[in-house]
Amino acid sequence: MTTTTQVGDEVLDYDDVVRDFDPVFGLEVHVELSTATKMFCGCSTVFGADPNTQVCPVCLGLPGALPVVNATAVESAIRIGLALGCSITPWGRFARKNYFYPDMPKNFQTSQYDEPIAVDGHLDVELDDGTTFRVEIERAHMEEDTGKSLHIGGATGRIHGAEYSLVDYNRAGIPLIEIVTKPVRGAGERTPEVARAYVTALRDLVRSLGVSDVRMEQGSMRCDANLSLRPRATGDQAQDAVPLGTRTETKNVNSLRSVERAVRYEMCRQAARLQAGLPIVQETRHWQEDSGTTTSGRPKSDADDYRYFPEPDLVPVAPDAAWVEQLRGTLPEPPAQRRRRLQSDWGFTDLEMRDLVNAGATELVEATVAAGAAPSAARKWWSGELARVANAEGVELGELAVTPVQVAELASLVASGRINDTLARQVLEGVLAGEGSPQQVVEARGLGIVSDDGALGAAVDRAIEANAAIAQKIRDGKVAAAGALIGAVMKEMRGQADAARVRELVLERLT
Amino acid sequence: MSALTRDDVAHLAGLARIDATDDELDRLAGQLAQILDAVDRVGEVAAADVPPMSHPLPLTNVTRPDEPRPGLTADEALAGAPASELQRFSVPRILEED
Amino acid sequence: MPELTRSTAAVLAQRLASGEVSAVELTQAHLDRIADVDGDVHAFLHVDADGALAAARSVDERRAAGEALHPLAGVPIAVKDIVTTKGIPTTAGSRILAGWVPPYDATIVRRLKDAGLVILGKTNMDEFAMGSSTEHSAFGPTHNPWDLERIPGGSGGGSAAAVAAFEAPLAIGTDTGGSIRQPAAVTGSVGVKPTYGGVSRYGLIALASSLDQAGPCTRSVLDAALLHDVIGGHDPLDSTSIDAPVPAVVQAARQGEVRGIRVGVVRELSGDGYQAGVRSRFDEAVQLLVEAGAEVVEVSCPHFEYALAAYYLILPSEASSNLAKFDAMRYGLRVAPPGVETPTAEQVMAATRDAGFGDEVKRRIILGTYALSAGYYDAYYGQAQKVRTLIARDFAAAFEQADVLISPTTPTTAFRLGEKLDDPLAMYLNDIATIPANLAGVPGMSLPAGLAAEDGLPVGVQLLAPAMADDRLYRVGAVLESLLEQRWGGPLLDRAPQLQPSRSVPQEVRS
Repeated sequence: MTTTTQVGDEVLDYDDVVRDFDPVFGLEVHVELSTATKMFCGCSTVFGADPNTQVCPVCLGLPGALPVVNATAVESAIRIGLALGCSITPWGRFARKNYFYPDMPKNFQTSQYDEPIAVDGHLDVELDDGTTFRVEIERAHMEEDTGKSLHIGGATGRIHGAEYSLVDYNRAGIPLIEIVTKPVRGAGERTPEVARAYVTALRDLVRSLGVSDVRMEQGSMRCDANLSLRPRATGDQAQDAVPLGTRTETKNVNSLRSVERAVRYEMCRQAARLQAGLPIVQETRHWQEDSGTTTSGRPKSDADDYRYFPEPDLVPVAPDAAWVEQLRGTLPEPPAQRRRRLQSDWGFTDLEMRDLVNAGATELVEATVAAGAAPSAARKWWSGELARVANAEGVELGELAVTPVQVAELASLVASGRINDTLARQVLEGVLAGEGSPQQVVEARGLGIVSDDGALGAAVDRAIEANAAIAQKIRDGKVAAAGALIGAVMKEMRGQADAARVRELVLERLT
Repeated sequence: MSALTRDDVAHLAGLARIDATDDELDRLAGQLAQILDAVDRVGEVAAADVPPMSHPLPLTNVTRPDEPRPGLTADEALAGAPASELQRFSVPRILEED
Repeated sequence: MPELTRSTAAVLAQRLASGEVSAVELTQAHLDRIADVDGDVHAFLHVDADGALAAARSVDERRAAGEALHPLAGVPIAVKDIVTTKGIPTTAGSRILAGWVPPYDATIVRRLKDAGLVILGKTNMDEFAMGSSTEHSAFGPTHNPWDLERIPGGSGGGSAAAVAAFEAPLAIGTDTGGSIRQPAAVTGSVGVKPTYGGVSRYGLIALASSLDQAGPCTRSVLDAALLHDVIGGHDPLDSTSIDAPVPAVVQAARQGEVRGIRVGVVRELSGDGYQAGVRSRFDEAVQLLVEAGAEVVEVSCPHFEYALAAYYLILPSEASSNLAKFDAMRYGLRVAPPGVETPTAEQVMAATRDAGFGDEVKRRIILGTYALSAGYYDAYYGQAQKVRTLIARDFAAAFEQADVLISPTTPTTAFRLGEKLDDPLAMYLNDIATIPANLAGVPGMSLPAGLAAEDGLPVGVQLLAPAMADDRLYRVGAVLESLLEQRWGGPLLDRAPQLQPSRSVPQEVRS
């Protein structure tokens, strides 16, 4: 059944979509390298500088300027390729991709076209239920980023309706590695999930190489999602015998969550059109986070004539085979393997580990354990309470205002009996609100458990006095009734009493 | 070898972001047809097994270390700008999102 | 002192070193000469009198303080307006860059300044170096000092005319298909295109990146060697520059020798298309070399007949991409389309490029866009790059049989202004003998061979050497020059008509 979204596009019910159609998707992920300088010049890449203060004749595209390749960028590209199981091209040229756009200083992008540095790899992606899906990688290549525009005069700074734009070229020329999957088939109803899992796994892999911050919210990792639908095969027909449908490309997919939502939305939108007998327009679409829809952008034509030709200002990149092998030796443990080892070290069950991974908490737990917490406690906090908070606020775990060291401190306060679990949650609240370290919050808010027998004893006496009948029952031997007195004390103490000690004191007085 | 029509030239001028009047397009089409006749000769050469040459010298692997070097100040960068604002290059409204 | 402007740079260097003349005097003498004759010649687009005198003063002070200076320190030089000079307007002969002041110096300019040469100003040229007559300059043509109604050659007619009119002893030119050598030939001066990669291109406004080279324009072979030595050598800012020392060109020029040298006459670079007087002077030059002990052989380079076609595919293709940066967004001309209230960036780009580019530039951009476009790449650009390999192989084979090759530099002497403007193809034919060297990247020199009998105008003879063997040009050229000057009783330029101080004031390009 179709419904109509805010933007007027019809969407088909997801169940109907997957019943009638077979989705095929592809992802193009751009990774911004964390090199000190740009791809083709020595300008700094430090984030947040004043506009147009990290530019030079080369990255500004001034007449006469020439590019020179950043050696570290090549190395990073090769390492990414190796980590993805790709073959490294022994001889390849950069190419010019020619098109006009104000944020492109030369009106061509120096990129790689038919000779990318890495080809034919794969990434095995672990899904929520523990199954693995292999995504084939077509290629990874080097290119340069564009400048950034501020659109003035339109609604909410968008390009549509803007009167003019202001361009900052600090970002122009920063090295990008573009990683392109082969068309991914066979994910069926799990397509959105697989898409998200792939981007997550890729992020983790690249992060483990130390070549990029890969933070989608900061733009150091960007994702474009391509999607097409074809009818489900009928009878004896093999699904792959059914020709691929027309695909759309969706840009502005800025978070892992958006990847999943955007892919899912496009499936439903395209299915609604196909079901109504309408064609899919081959175009670039834009993901709109607020409405959860995609909107039409520029018509995408495979005949977008970029007039590629080999970059005459650069010479070919021909990585020495021995050097490539040496780089292979520098690759860190693959994340999946590392996760299995950590699970074993920490003694978690498969389910516990998976929850951890899905919450994106693995490194955080690792750091928390390194700071002295027991693995189980670290896990409890990160994939429990903190994951809940992150979810509610719509942010990644790593973005919360609490560090692994602080969580370890919190765990140790609980372990020592200084606070209990209930109090710990309040302490955590305080830490997240920026009130200081757990220790500081405990003191400032007075959340420590009272273990002073004098104070506790007085409270116990008050409870006994106020609940004479219950007290008598206990004297008579009904020890179980102590619970009510303990409860009363706890209530008076606002939970900040060591319940076990309170029990002892009650029983001491009454038995 | 196909002749270039005015429409062909108009399409190319569009790709190259150069405005041209119909007269100019016609004139260009005529001149280009002549030139194309001449350059077409390259097709006469049997070169199927010949590698293309984009550089006279077989240099490879020219790179630079990942070390910052001083560039331009914002003033220098913006000095030639037809228009600027907030230390950025001011450009007319951009029609299409990339 | 008139003779100050008629000496070679080598002689002036000696006079400066001995203290006989100061750099300021020398500079002023040239500025006076420019004021006298440039109204008629129009070699200069911009004269930087203040800057030149300040630089000259600085050299004089350093010399007085006993500092060790480069031999050419204090010698004035003119620079083709395609080379970026910090603080001095640089237009590339185009309206689209009228008034643009680069914020940086080209590497070769830095080297000139470091050596203490005094930059007098920027010389006229065909717009973006596209042309063979300097008639395509947006700022009016340059006139040949031998006959002011005739072209000085192109694209570097300004530099050649400046030295031929004694307005500067030295000039910098650039050569993509003959733009140093052809003007040298038709003005009776010396011009050298170094091995591709032998001189840095950083700061050369790019025409065809894989063909462009900067080189010396002078009145003697030794002067060219001295200048070649200053500007040549590896530049880390130019990825295509050769990482090897400059060939020993000065030594070769001083020790000129041809005994035992095999000189190859290229069959394909002579014949019917060549003016009778050009062929006569050429044959005599060859004969002189034989008499001096050289061995002459005939060589055949069969693919040279396709050189023009390949060149006029490769150059426009690369140029169409190199000139895309001129889009009114960051520098240069900005023109709004008439009658449009709030034009888009795209419209401003197109209107600006229409107004700012001349006809020849537009022709070549469109041609190049076509040659690179989808469906045509293989037949045009792709094929041309293969033909280029064949031409390089022809050279290699020829250099097995000969140490240097020799040919007339151009098919004709200087034609009249306006004569070939309406026939682009006829104009292109001027470069038929010079183009092969650019395609293969080998070095070439043009030096005066005499005057053609039928019109009394200069004829140039071209020498070609294998890549990186630039010194051979100087070794042979020095001998030939010496023999010819003996025959003439002095340099050929002594026979040029005396230019009268003109009544017109030299025009200055206004921004």
